[in-house]
Amino acid sequence: MEYFRDLFISGLTKGSIYALIALGYTMVYGIIALINFAHGEIYMIGAFTALIASLILGQLGLAGWGLFLSVGLVAVLYSAMYGWTVEKIAYKPLRHASRLAPLISAIGMSIFLQNYVQLVQTPNFFTFPNLVPEISFLEGSTDVVNKTQLIIWLTTAALMAVLTFIIKCTRMGMAMRAVAQDKDMARLTGVNIDRVISTTFVLGSSLAAVGGLLIGCYMQQIDFYIGFLAGMKAFTAAVLGGIGSIPGAVLGAMVLGFAESFAAGYISSDYEDVVAFVLLILILIVRPGGLMGETQTQKV
Amino acid sequence: MTATHSSFIIEARGVTMVFGGLVALDSVDFKVEEDSITALIGPNGAGKTTFFNCLTGIYTPTRGEVMFQAPAKPGGRDRARSLKGLSPDKITSLGVARTFQNIRLFNNLTVLENVLIGCHCRMKAGVFGALFRDKKTRAEERDMADFSYRLLDSYGLGAVVNDLAKNLPYGAQRRLEIVRALATRPALLLLDEPAAGLNIGETRELEDLIRLVRAREKLSILLIEHDMTLVMSVSEKLYVMEYGRVIAEGSPGEIKTNPEVIKAYLGEE
Amino acid sequence: MAPDTIKTPLGPAGPETCSGAGGCPGKSLIAENLTRLCFWARELKASFLAALWLCLLTLPMVVFKINPNDGSIVYRWILLLYVSAGGFILSALWRLMLARRDRVRYKRAEAELGAAESGSGRGPERTWVDVAVNSRYRKPAVGLVLLVVASVPFWGAPYTVNILITALIYITLGLGLNIVVGVSGLLNLGYVAFYAIGAYTYALLNYYFGLGFWLCLPLSALSATVLGLLLGFPVLRLRGDYLAIVTLGFGEIVRLVLTNMAVTRGPRGIGNISPPGFFGLDLNGSVKPVLMEWWPYLDPRLDLNKAFLFFIILGLVTLTIVAVFRLENSRLGRAWLALREDEIACQAMGIDRTRAKLTAFALGATWAGMAGAVFASQVTFINPTSFTFMQSVMILSIVVLGGMGSIPGVIIGAVVLIVLPEYLRVFAEYRMLLFGAAMVLMMVFRPGGLIQSARQIYVYEPARTGPAADRGGEALKGEGR
Repeated sequence: MEYFRDLFISGLTKGSIYALIALGYTMVYGIIALINFAHGEIYMIGAFTALIASLILGQLGLAGWGLFLSVGLVAVLYSAMYGWTVEKIAYKPLRHASRLAPLISAIGMSIFLQNYVQLVQTPNFFTFPNLVPEISFLEGSTDVVNKTQLIIWLTTAALMAVLTFIIKCTRMGMAMRAVAQDKDMARLTGVNIDRVISTTFVLGSSLAAVGGLLIGCYMQQIDFYIGFLAGMKAFTAAVLGGIGSIPGAVLGAMVLGFAESFAAGYISSDYEDVVAFVLLILILIVRPGGLMGETQTQKV
Repeated sequence: MTATHSSFIIEARGVTMVFGGLVALDSVDFKVEEDSITALIGPNGAGKTTFFNCLTGIYTPTRGEVMFQAPAKPGGRDRARSLKGLSPDKITSLGVARTFQNIRLFNNLTVLENVLIGCHCRMKAGVFGALFRDKKTRAEERDMADFSYRLLDSYGLGAVVNDLAKNLPYGAQRRLEIVRALATRPALLLLDEPAAGLNIGETRELEDLIRLVRAREKLSILLIEHDMTLVMSVSEKLYVMEYGRVIAEGSPGEIKTNPEVIKAYLGEE
Repeated sequence: MAPDTIKTPLGPAGPETCSGAGGCPGKSLIAENLTRLCFWARELKASFLAALWLCLLTLPMVVFKINPNDGSIVYRWILLLYVSAGGFILSALWRLMLARRDRVRYKRAEAELGAAESGSGRGPERTWVDVAVNSRYRKPAVGLVLLVVASVPFWGAPYTVNILITALIYITLGLGLNIVVGVSGLLNLGYVAFYAIGAYTYALLNYYFGLGFWLCLPLSALSATVLGLLLGFPVLRLRGDYLAIVTLGFGEIVRLVLTNMAVTRGPRGIGNISPPGFFGLDLNGSVKPVLMEWWPYLDPRLDLNKAFLFFIILGLVTLTIVAVFRLENSRLGRAWLALREDEIACQAMGIDRTRAKLTAFALGATWAGMAGAVFASQVTFINPTSFTFMQSVMILSIVVLGGMGSIPGVIIGAVVLIVLPEYLRVFAEYRMLLFGAAMVLMMVFRPGGLIQSARQIYVYEPARTGPAADRGGEALKGEGR
């Protein structure tokens, strides 16, 4: 029973991180029907920026919650900037192109960013300090739930709430929903498409940055390649839940997190990575709309 | 030649199409006679294109039957077969061709290639024919290219055979779509709003084209159309649909004065 | 006076009166220069801002480098200079190229509309590259190149022969993927899986049963084809992006399974793969000395097995080119093109979509399988790390960047992407970086690829009356590929 509990907690944690990344994928796809391959690299850049910021700000004397939050802020800021820039360079000029061109461009951007970080920093692993400060009331039960895990869950839940609020209750959120439904019509009603798209990228990238910071604290190790694998899996999660649907992304991420955790625990840890892809293929064959998507019919 | 068979090309009996909670077609009875031009008219949303899609296999009717009977060769028997549940490509190979409301040409291919693709279901070559280019395959390719060219030429598109389909003017594109459908050597040609987007002069040309096609190719034509002048001058029989039901059928003269039809289009007094 | 015009001593002037290369006859020279000044000032400001933004963006990554050993920060402020200079120039270039692209596209759209009235319009934008490739001198030029390439083992270094083998393998892969992606429009991001299956089929059969290359080559092709069919069946209903993701996932699954299955020896890989047999002779032992007597220009370090493999793959590539060309210009190829252009209309033409897609998938996989067997012979040691997603991306790039659906395009793409980096070893570190950038740039400025495919042109002789008329027109290859 303890084993199950541990697997459950680990699955919940993984799922939360996947959710933070998956949201970026699903929002961008919902708005411009593009699989943003570079999104995984934005997550990775968030982690790296967090590390750098923690070293510098640490030297300046910050610590504890102050350090943690300010590092988070810096990581979010920079990932948002990167996300914004990537959109302007690689996707905006291709808005009216075929389906294939933005996809190739996205892959190219992903490769570029991966190698950019690899070159300017190092191909090796970096140790990442766990920046989460001690949480007093958890002291006794660290063998069940440790502080990092708790912070991950709470942060993810809080950010979900904030995102849902933005989407449902703000003007920008309404504009985003409108553009996702019908871009041209939204433009005709006066919505500034460019700004909506940029905002979407910025929001998604910010969430990914938080994910990057948290994964750094959790695994205490990062390298330039974490973006690719996490990105693939998070994208799988988004498709699983129904690409374009925000609750779907979270649901898919949780399903994936648990599936991976239990598969690794009860079947074999070697095949942990396969779980994601097998789930992906299954869901696309059985129910292409995803768990929360609608089936789309094509008008003839 | 015996004439005891009913000389219809296609007959729909009680075709009903339900999408979730929406009844798009409600027990439609419909018949296209051999060697005729029939038109299907009605206000927007009446279900005309849905009906077309049921005939061509894009949708499978929830209830009802669609029978197709290619005209018998002299001395042969008529055989009616059901189209229900068949895939669109199978239906086309049986002899039912169509054009689309929003022109669906193969834009990045040349005019000739578009028509050659129309010939696909009348050709036999497969992977091995393609790879080894034996005599039979080569002869087939040559004959089909020749056939396509002549077909295009006979309908006035001979000069543009090597142009990309997307570069043609709109009227020519419509024409090409019809010629491409003709390349499948159909017994029945379905035209989905062929006059959409054409000006008056082009519509007159279309009228002539439809008559020419019918005279040359010995096939039946069924068209959906909103342009009443075209419909009235070209069709021999009309069916009027409203809200998924056939509300009237008859000759153009009869339909013009049918009170139900007038009500459907113009509302009640 | 309109708000856009400015008052000058010589009269009102504004953008509509004075911009453009034509200049303004007569009065507004000052206004013209003023407008030009404003333009340059705006451009300068934009570039400056872009450079500033870039500096800010790269500040953490580039300037603050973390020392991996002790976790301290190395400050590299000097790099900021390079970034700002580079950013300034690149952003100006970027805006210039983008503006040019949009202007050209606008002009072409206008031209197309104008041409539409007269009814003429040949093909996609054709530049000197296209013309050069498709000119009359193509056949003799190709023949010459083929001759030169085929002669390399007789005088070249082993290194050169090896690179050419790799390039030829990738040409095969590119042509195979071209059938799936370029012609049929099915986005396969996991093509490497078929490559891996082909390679592992030969490697495993060789390792466990000692079977030779010639027996295993068709078996590799077969196993890849079967895998292609297996993959094709379930995924055929999926559209565009979904198909891409599923194939990507499939590629990864194959790699992961190969890494973890015991029989494939996982990451340890399979080594000692035998090269292709040449009538049972020991090429390096018995044949080489004899050969060197007759032909002294042979490089003594050359492994004759590799040379033999080179000719095998050269032959394979030639056959592939012929096969792919024939397929594309056949009933089947046209069905694939129709599939790519419009699936619904394709079906309406009596083409069985499922069958066409399956055939495309399976045939595309076949070539990957054969290429895999050759690859296994070349490197004599394979493990799953040779078959990653990056490989799929590489092969896809060859097709897309070289020219979708264009055979010369794929060949040139393979040469540029595979051979060039080998000779530009000095840039090795930046290779992938440049590759990623190249992908983005190509898609933005030339999405059709280096060499756009041109449609087959049919030329007809006017039919003579009588029986000869039945012969009708001849389909001649004009500006074909």
